[in-house]
Amino acid sequence: MNVLEINELNVSFATEEGVVHALKDVSFTVPERRVVGVVGESGCGKSTLINAILGLLAKNGRIDGGTILFEAGSDLTRLGPAEMRALRGVRISTVFQDPMGALNPVISVGRQMANVQYRSGRSQAEKMALAAAMLRQVRIPDATAALGRYPHEFSGGMKQRIAIAMALMMEPALLIADEPTTALDATLEVATIELLRELQEKIGCSVLFISHHLGVIAELCDDVVVMYAGEVVERGTTRQVFNDPRHPYTQRLLECDPARQAQRVRRLPTIAGEIPDLRCRPAGCIFAPRCFRRFDACAKAPPEQDIGGGHVARCFLAEQPETAKERT
Amino acid sequence: MNDDPILKVEDVEVTFTVGRIGRRNAILGVAGVSFELRRGETFALVGESGSGKTTLARAVNGLQAISAGAITFEGQRIDGLDRKAMKPLRRRMSMMFQDPVGSLSPRMSVGDIVTEPLRIHGFEGRDLKDEAARLLPLVGLPLEYADRYPHQLSGGQARRVGVARAIALDPVLIIADEPTAGLDVSVQGEVLNLLNELRERLGLAMVIITHNLHVVHHVADRMAVMYLGRFVETGATQAVFGAPAHPYTAALLSANPEPDPDRAQNRISLPAEVPSLLARPAGCEFHTRCPWARDNCRTVAPPRVALEDRSLSCHYPLKPGARPPRRERP
Amino acid sequence: MSEAVSEPAVSRGKTARAALRLLREPLGAFALVLVVGVIAAAVFADVLASADPSKIAPRDRFMAPGMEHLLGTDQLGRDLFSRVLFGGRIALTVALGSTGVSLLIGVALGLVAGYGPRWLDNLLILLFDAIKSFPTVMLALAFVTLFGPSLTAVVVVVVIVNVPGYARIIRTQTIALKSAEFVTAAQSMGAGTARILRVHILPNVIGPILILASMDIPVVIAIEAGMSFLGLGVRPPTPSWGAILNDGFANIRETVWIVFAGGMPIILTTLGFTFLGEALRDIFDPRLKAR
Repeated sequence: MNVLEINELNVSFATEEGVVHALKDVSFTVPERRVVGVVGESGCGKSTLINAILGLLAKNGRIDGGTILFEAGSDLTRLGPAEMRALRGVRISTVFQDPMGALNPVISVGRQMANVQYRSGRSQAEKMALAAAMLRQVRIPDATAALGRYPHEFSGGMKQRIAIAMALMMEPALLIADEPTTALDATLEVATIELLRELQEKIGCSVLFISHHLGVIAELCDDVVVMYAGEVVERGTTRQVFNDPRHPYTQRLLECDPARQAQRVRRLPTIAGEIPDLRCRPAGCIFAPRCFRRFDACAKAPPEQDIGGGHVARCFLAEQPETAKERT
Repeated sequence: MNDDPILKVEDVEVTFTVGRIGRRNAILGVAGVSFELRRGETFALVGESGSGKTTLARAVNGLQAISAGAITFEGQRIDGLDRKAMKPLRRRMSMMFQDPVGSLSPRMSVGDIVTEPLRIHGFEGRDLKDEAARLLPLVGLPLEYADRYPHQLSGGQARRVGVARAIALDPVLIIADEPTAGLDVSVQGEVLNLLNELRERLGLAMVIITHNLHVVHHVADRMAVMYLGRFVETGATQAVFGAPAHPYTAALLSANPEPDPDRAQNRISLPAEVPSLLARPAGCEFHTRCPWARDNCRTVAPPRVALEDRSLSCHYPLKPGARPPRRERP
Repeated sequence: MSEAVSEPAVSRGKTARAALRLLREPLGAFALVLVVGVIAAAVFADVLASADPSKIAPRDRFMAPGMEHLLGTDQLGRDLFSRVLFGGRIALTVALGSTGVSLLIGVALGLVAGYGPRWLDNLLILLFDAIKSFPTVMLALAFVTLFGPSLTAVVVVVVIVNVPGYARIIRTQTIALKSAEFVTAAQSMGAGTARILRVHILPNVIGPILILASMDIPVVIAIEAGMSFLGLGVRPPTPSWGAILNDGFANIRETVWIVFAGGMPIILTTLGFTFLGEALRDIFDPRLKAR
């Protein structure tokens, strides 16, 4: 079963300077018990995607079409605010880059974690016991005492772990993690990823993990969705996408990561050009203006090409792996 | 051209006082570090947050007073100089700050921003528009950008503006604090290439402060790994990357998730959090997190040893490819 | 120098560009028309006035607006249109003058308090609080008792009352910006304190204060009116909007036109300066414009 199934989602924003088409025909699924990573650079539509799923689009934002099916049932694009509120924090929970966004600075950690369970019908003592157990799971030392403390008394890494504990408190079906490790140091980052993976397996939830950090995605995720300028350009399992990228954008993006360059180089690879203006999307392939494999057909938008095994890329040349000659 | 170091940092300490009157505590943000930098050379300061790398950079730039040691820039002692005496030296060294957009004055146009150093140092006489027209192409920005404002720039463009401003007065030294912070992967390369190119072309010396080891690998000649305000390992980048000898360096290197799902996970995970500077551990300060720590690490501080290609502070330097000993999960 | 001088937008003066943008904005243009109109009316009061504003004609009292008296006449038969024009002079002199002086002093003190050493900040805050805790009316009375009623008295009282508010806002914002990276960057380039305050901090903190100041102008006009009514400001028979309004209230049973004549200019001026403030904010804060 798919916990989340997004079909042909289109989202636009009305601004003074015109209509920005932030998401165009976005489709992908988050299967049960899988961790799906969304990679993309700034302006790729990651935040819009999250807000559309959570029903939190800004006032000038509009869903122009498509569906977001949650647990093979309700279409989130059609739910009212009250119904969305009942889902958020219970069946769908979120962790953000800044843990202080989730933690209230003037309420003790224990009370906040008890408050999260307000729909559970548990007694206060049960809520506190469960909160302590959850803190222990995210390896907060001396969990019972930690319940009485306030967010500022914890280090950045601990705060993020507490935020994760809070998000998983109600054992949601879907956890949306928006760059949860970006603000952390490298050693904490890997520890947090490992923890997330461990908890996900224990609780059996699915995770939609948004990050610009390719290494983190490769390490944590089962499946990957690559986004560029509001479109899904490639998706598949992590191995398919990272080991055999078929969309030129994915290929370039992977190349750009300095971590992929085992040998020291003087000139690091880059992607020339800029993301197109989303107010007037180019008619053809969205990546064509920056693409090194561009040819005549690219003037028309390519459909998603199925490469097999669920690996899909939005490129006419997806089924012809690039040759060594083309790369130079 | 002589071969004297442009910058010499000797046993520098920076002390902060924390707490209220009555229970003030002095903490050592930077606890005695030394390094030298020559023309055309890039030196990287690597460490996690709170390691003191930014404080050290600010001290070199004279934005932070030091409590011990000496900083010599182009043969002149610069620690303890007052703002007036420091001012002429600021033409020779410039600093780039972490936030690409936030380090640019929001109400100034790009043209004004890149020529601000000239105005500060009294080069009003020069045609500032010409200067902007000279600087922007150097960092690969079209001239039209002179009329834009910081909020209209992408992270990468803002970073280029920051670079243009840093080279406006032809400095000999650039200190770059996290030059790739907040940038997209595809833009990181651009900025690093630009810095490398300018260094070669203008013969700049650079200090790069970063937590991203992959960045260090590609731009720095030498590097220092900082932990709790001290250098735990310094040496040629290639040597350190090839065979990290200090457990902390090894852990940092292994902690960098790489975009390769099949990579063998030889991770050295560090238990516990970074200790507080208020309560520095006894003995080797890294022992609370070190998987290899033995009894005497907990009591005796390791001396600084100079090896052939590096210097480090560790009782038991790692052999290449060392794996951490098995330990019980607490 | 063989290159032809290109003429990018930079060559045009910054002020000219700002004015152009002000006019392009409907609200800004409207505000500008109102404000310029009010100012022009006050400046050219001599030319525009149809009668001597102080000339009493008991037989013509309480006349409704007509061809002869555009806004009618008051209880003493004085031409209200002329009184409004001349009253505008007093109102604007007091309002613009005192607000301008308050701004200068308030912004300077706010920058010093926010950027300067801690002890100076504490001292200034103490001073601001001391002034704020003093009732305005008492201050005015005390001042007039000492120096006698006059226009200057009004201005001085307004300045003293307004400065702490402006200074506090500027101070808070300055403190917030003091450790901003672009300020640190300016320090690292070698910029002196004066330059940092003037070039890097002031443009970022002045916006809200300008809006506040332009919205304060009507308040000052009210203070002037109130003080004139109490006999602490402008002395009769000198015309003042506040005085006209008060005449209107006293004679509201006879005619509403006096209240109308006294109130309309106050409303128009209030709207004009408020809209102007908002339009100015949009121009001075490019970040708000970009949305």
